[in-house]
Amino acid sequence: MPRRSASTSSANDPSNTSSSIGKSGISVKASSKANRLSQLFSTSPRTKAEPQTARAALQNASGTNTVAPPISSASLSLPTISLSTATADNPNMNEPPTTLFQPPSPEEARRLAKQHAQFGPLGHPSHRYSSRHPGGPFPEPVMDEPPYYYLITTYISYLILIAFGHVRDFFGKRFREENYRHLKPRNGYAALNSDFDNFYVRRLKQRINDCFERPITGVPGRYITLIDRATDDHNKSFYLTGTTTDTLNLSSYNYLGFAQSEGPCADITEETIRKYGITPVSTRAEVGTQDLHVELEDLVANFTGKEASMVFSMGFGTNANIFPALVSKGCLIISDELNHASIRFGSRLSGASITMFRHNDMRDLEAKLREAISQGQPRTHRPWKKILVVVEGLYSMEGSMCNLPSLIALKKRYKFYLFVDEAHSIGAVGPHGRGVCDYFGIDTKEVDILMGTLTKSFGANGGYIAADKAMIDKLKAINSGMFYGESTSPAVIAQIISALRLINGELIPGQGEERLQRLAFNSRYLRLGLKRLGFIVYGHDDSPIIPVLLFNPAKMPAFSHEMLKRKISVVIVGYPATPLVSSRARFCVSAAHTKEDLDRILVACDEIGNSLQLKFSTGVAGGAIPVSDDMAPPPEKEVQWRQKRNPRIVPPRWRIEDVIRRGVQDVKTTLY
Amino acid sequence: MDVQETQRLLSEYLHELANLFHRVPGSAIFLRYVKSSYQNDPIRSAVELFLFLFAVRYLLAPKYSTKPGVVQLSEDEIDDLVDEWAPEPLVGKPTSLEEMEIEKRTVIVGPVGPKSKLSNGRTVMNLGSYNFYNFNTNESIKEKAIQTLRNYGVGPCGPRGFYGTQDVHMKTEADVASFLGTASCIIYSQAFSTISSVIPAFSKRGDIIVADKGVNFAIRKGIQISRSMVRWYEHNDMEDLERVLAKVTKEQARKPLTRRFIITEGLFESYGDMLDLPKIIELKLKYKFRLILDESSSFGVLGRTGRGITEHQNVDAAEVDMIVGSLAGPLVAGGGFCAGSEEIVHHQRISAAAYTFSAALPALLSTTASATINVLQNSPETISQLRDLTKVMWSQLDPRSDWVYCTSAPENPIMILVLKPEVVAAKRLSPEDQQFVLQDVVDECLANGVLITRLKSLDDNFEPKQKVSAALKVCVTIGLTKKEIEKSGTIIRHAITKVLSKRK
Repeated sequence: MPRRSASTSSANDPSNTSSSIGKSGISVKASSKANRLSQLFSTSPRTKAEPQTARAALQNASGTNTVAPPISSASLSLPTISLSTATADNPNMNEPPTTLFQPPSPEEARRLAKQHAQFGPLGHPSHRYSSRHPGGPFPEPVMDEPPYYYLITTYISYLILIAFGHVRDFFGKRFREENYRHLKPRNGYAALNSDFDNFYVRRLKQRINDCFERPITGVPGRYITLIDRATDDHNKSFYLTGTTTDTLNLSSYNYLGFAQSEGPCADITEETIRKYGITPVSTRAEVGTQDLHVELEDLVANFTGKEASMVFSMGFGTNANIFPALVSKGCLIISDELNHASIRFGSRLSGASITMFRHNDMRDLEAKLREAISQGQPRTHRPWKKILVVVEGLYSMEGSMCNLPSLIALKKRYKFYLFVDEAHSIGAVGPHGRGVCDYFGIDTKEVDILMGTLTKSFGANGGYIAADKAMIDKLKAINSGMFYGESTSPAVIAQIISALRLINGELIPGQGEERLQRLAFNSRYLRLGLKRLGFIVYGHDDSPIIPVLLFNPAKMPAFSHEMLKRKISVVIVGYPATPLVSSRARFCVSAAHTKEDLDRILVACDEIGNSLQLKFSTGVAGGAIPVSDDMAPPPEKEVQWRQKRNPRIVPPRWRIEDVIRRGVQDVKTTLY
Repeated sequence: MDVQETQRLLSEYLHELANLFHRVPGSAIFLRYVKSSYQNDPIRSAVELFLFLFAVRYLLAPKYSTKPGVVQLSEDEIDDLVDEWAPEPLVGKPTSLEEMEIEKRTVIVGPVGPKSKLSNGRTVMNLGSYNFYNFNTNESIKEKAIQTLRNYGVGPCGPRGFYGTQDVHMKTEADVASFLGTASCIIYSQAFSTISSVIPAFSKRGDIIVADKGVNFAIRKGIQISRSMVRWYEHNDMEDLERVLAKVTKEQARKPLTRRFIITEGLFESYGDMLDLPKIIELKLKYKFRLILDESSSFGVLGRTGRGITEHQNVDAAEVDMIVGSLAGPLVAGGGFCAGSEEIVHHQRISAAAYTFSAALPALLSTTASATINVLQNSPETISQLRDLTKVMWSQLDPRSDWVYCTSAPENPIMILVLKPEVVAAKRLSPEDQQFVLQDVVDECLANGVLITRLKSLDDNFEPKQKVSAALKVCVTIGLTKKEIEKSGTIIRHAITKVLSKRK
């Protein structure tokens, strides 16, 4: 049932064997079932499975250098330097070599390795792309579905997990009473946590707890250093083993690669800490507004194309506090069903009525709007004071972008106010990194309120609201975040300001552009590769968030462990953050990744996809084999062209070599 | 001929159908059932047939809406209504008070220190920031922050659950917990968002909250979002609290046991006064409530080493179920924390919204918090120095002013100065007038080189409404000498006198 056509499986098998023989030193053919099973569940780190190319060796070498505890790493590594090279006794690692003809000294090499561990160098000038909407109607995201076999086994898996949980509870409550004491009323106090509410956490989540809250140290850049931990009590508690592992970072929201501890941003931040201290020690409304805040607000306003803006010290708090200032009782919030928890938090505080529309479904939104305007408020039928439609620019679990052109068209007709949360899209999409408006080439004046975070693309922390000047002036006087929230730290502001200046080209012209274009290239390259390998991938072409669907709950920890063995850290998400069936792994691509990194990920995914049976795409979402190069259509017509030419959709199951060989060349075409 | 042909075809089809039917598993049982039931009990068959027909009719019936009061409208009518509908502006015009608020907001150029430079070029004595210990200009703390920056960058680029937990966060959590003497601790990335997430993580619909009427805005938001049943008691009135607790216990006696919480503050943000913690502990144990204590203003301030109200009033911190505090105030870092038992902390890691759905605290703020806690712990003299200066400032203002009095506790370095009721009555000052008058005082102080602020508060949409009276806020700092504190106290007192005596 999983794979019906013979061509599929035949396309699949060679790729498996060839990749395992050609690419990695040891065979992972998984001939016997037992072997495969043991691989799946074993937790011992397997270090040799990685492809040992020269590049990887270099990366490993760079990795081992950063394993040392980061604080005072320079002084710690000093003895080794003086032992190996008698001349290199300069304690300052940051000092460039003084003479021209010297080969890079060990410090220089180490400095470079550290720098590259945070931000990889551009491999080839062709590895760039400008992210923008190609024109024409914005395509609905194609939601591919796996064969029914996988859906049914997913449900059965959950049933088994729940049944097991209840059996364990049944015996546990009788024989291990002390473990359940906190779930029962104790001497007159109700349990803090009801037995029923806690069941999911206790019996399902705890099984895979080792995949969450993995502690890290150092910079979450291109590589991320995990602090190894182990458990003796089945994930109830963990202890640190004292070692660290350098992994390729596919998990941080480091879209433009600004998570760096050196370079212009860090230099400016250091200077600012020296000058300004660490915090403004007050709220914005009282005496916590510094010249830096004013400068940043002007810069953000400029960047987003709005008249004015205000910044806060927390992204979640920005949303949680803005809605009560915008809407109140008698107003209606129409919110996308997949909006972030902070939007729900804020909406609930506002006292306005809330209704939801299906994710990105503009027809449903229009129906909801027509009903709301024609029926008015419930019972009284008084017209709504105002209607606020709240969407996100880029959805963090789906990787889909909001359909801004349609929203603007609807807004003109139905006169609602539009709030776009650009938490993930600011800096991450658009030819200038200015979010979804930039991506679609729409004037930001069309959107009433632009909200965004400064956490993700800029490697800092906090959030902003950008709108017209009159609006911002009033909001500054009624927004609780301004009145009670601590003012943003100068160090954080310095990071944001320098990142913004780099992006818009004021600082080191060209670098910001390179980051934007590499992010766009990397996003498309990895997405295309995964599609061609046969994975079900959600979201739009240019989104740097790439969810890979896993479905069966047991595949979540398996995928995470397998990736960790290959030294790649990924985020896995399951229920309740996603619908019950569609558990997924989420890749966050960064400009700091190089093409080689992405190839390494693709190879790893290919191997894991084969052993975990994850390649179940039907081909409706793209990834098919182009007929021939000379007959390739213009990108904007590719979808129709393909439908006309090739009505039968073939499930794509490319060999990994072909994916890598054709990747750069095909990445600029439409991926659908 | 044709008829014959048709008959033959028909019988052939019937035969085929019967064959197909027999091939369906269980068809024999079904046939036997129908046959036997018909022979034995024709009425039963009739009832079954009726039920079958009813089911068919039900399934074919047109759908109707379950929403009450929906008016059926044609598409044209809806189009007309859409054309006619005119929404209110998204953001209204600012009131005169709001205009003043925006216009008068001070901007500090350069660092926030005991003496700060303003955007108009003047350097003033800063008595508006919570920079009590002047850690903000401390070079060794800055150096630590820079060291962290050079190893961790600025942002952690992810929520705590997904690779955002850095070793520095774990260290700060351990530091705060051991400082307070609790089993465990969790840090959030903004102090203001902390308690409004802590409360709904535990208190759900149907649970009971008994809260002080004077609690701060963040607590009110937390209570509002929890949708629990709330009972309020008069501000800092322990007798009233006991009355409310007794009443709630009596009301709930026959109902199933739900979670019950008392929520209050150590030092109140809006009034500055102090809680009687031993009394609260006694009541909470007597009536079996849990205590959520907001120490945002008292952590790092009260007690011999700044451990907060528990140290000041000699209460074991483990007696308080949850201690919520701020790392952003005098500790000059950022973020908030909640300390309590392992169970309480663990539960928040899964279910507190501002923790799970928000990026982690920047590493350099986390290490700064650890560093300042360390300084406080090792040098209690800084705290006693602050307390002495607070006494100096207090003696300049409270007993010597005819116009204002201080509602803060004597240990509180944040002095909240409120207009005396007789002054308000004599001058017939509305709450709004008071704000304008106090802003004039702030301006007058600024003209004489002292930066203070009004107590900035907001009205919210949560019933019952809370009215925080207009007040001045004076924050003492050890960055200024005793002489300077005395001098600025005199300036503030004279400014109050000048502004209020001018007003008729």
